[in-house]
Amino acid sequence: MLVFARLHRAAALVLVVSLLGACAGSNGTAITPEGINDPNEAGNRRTHEFNRSLDRALIRPAGVGYTNFVPDALEDGITNFALNLEEPKNAVNSLLQGDLRGMGLSLVSFVTNTTLGIGGLFNPTRELGIPENDTDFGETLYVWGVGEGNYVELPFLGPSTTRATFGLFVDLFTNPLNTVFDDRSRAFYLTPAGLASGLSARGRFTDTIDSILYESADSYAQARLIYLQNRRFRLGDTESSADIDPFELDTEGF
Amino acid sequence: MQRRHFLTITGASALISAVPAWALTEASAKKLVDALVGDVNKVIASGKSQNAMFSDFARIFARYSDTSYISAYAMGADGRTASKAQKRAFSEAFQGYIARKYGRRFREFIGGRLEVKSVRKVKNWYEVDTTAFLQGEAPFTVTFHVSNRTGRDLFFNMFIEGINLLLTERAEVGALIDQNGGNIDAMIRDLKASG
Repeated sequence: MLVFARLHRAAALVLVVSLLGACAGSNGTAITPEGINDPNEAGNRRTHEFNRSLDRALIRPAGVGYTNFVPDALEDGITNFALNLEEPKNAVNSLLQGDLRGMGLSLVSFVTNTTLGIGGLFNPTRELGIPENDTDFGETLYVWGVGEGNYVELPFLGPSTTRATFGLFVDLFTNPLNTVFDDRSRAFYLTPAGLASGLSARGRFTDTIDSILYESADSYAQARLIYLQNRRFRLGDTESSADIDPFELDTEGF
Repeated sequence: MQRRHFLTITGASALISAVPAWALTEASAKKLVDALVGDVNKVIASGKSQNAMFSDFARIFARYSDTSYISAYAMGADGRTASKAQKRAFSEAFQGYIARKYGRRFREFIGGRLEVKSVRKVKNWYEVDTTAFLQGEAPFTVTFHVSNRTGRDLFFNMFIEGINLLLTERAEVGALIDQNGGNIDAMIRDLKASG
């Protein structure tokens, strides 16, 4: 397990260095009318090609196979288990954002789903209609007033921004559950459950993801636009989205 | 005399153009989306084959949406240089493309449903929020923008978790035009084959 720990550290170091590079490089260049700030587009496009070939060769077949062959109840159970383990991280971030309601929702979900939901395999809080509170340190940074930074396509993980990537790594190393589980149970249960829930999402939304990655004229630009719109929507950052007035366009002939 | 005649005409035309603006209300915008959601839910629950669902969706799209506006927006600045015939061909190809592309998503909606949540006035159109409940997924928001630009209440934009159909499809059509070196006819041919 020592090897894993070292790998994590090395990866984090590489990332911090590349992030600093990315921050240094962003001087407000290349902002498109859609509010996209992507000064490292050439490098991002290379990463996108890498991610696409990885998806085609490995992730897509594994995801589709997983969804097709694993019984739905088990697939849902594994995804619920992985999502439940995110709740302590959600609670901590909600607290940091001053969102006490969100913190309460995450704590109630964690306790209920861990006990009534048998270790998180079931999601009784969803059935009870309790709203889900999904947040991360990237959102905490947004609430604190940190700018979005540049658009980044991460190897293996896909679309992100400087701010969201930084948040991802802070969450990874500050997850409250890190102190509860040892390396062994992390390697045997937590990481596989997280990967499996990722594969499950790839398998279930295969049509949508395929249409972006393989059927659009410029899959890089589509993935970037879709990610940024969705991320800003989830953060409640509506400033960057422009209103479209239906009366201000010449539709003659269409 | 001429002046009075002019006033009567402008007065009358102002009245005619004002009538639809009054006709669009919170209630009528909600009614449109309720009917749309009802039809979508019926298709989802029908258990039909994917191809049958996709043609149902094409009909729903033609009936409830402002197709000429959505087409004109998607073509963007290139629409200004397009000929009348090209515009018509594009509009037709684009509707087929949208129906295929979004119709195929119905597979992900099987066992799910949409519910209208709230209506809000934004400038001269209405925003109708719905919640999508999908099996095994957290509920998410689908928003419709409804206007009566054409004289009928129709939706002219749709957002799935903040993802704006108009912006996304204009980017796609723009990329197709670039791929074809600015040739609009070639883009229309590609559009017919994709989605």
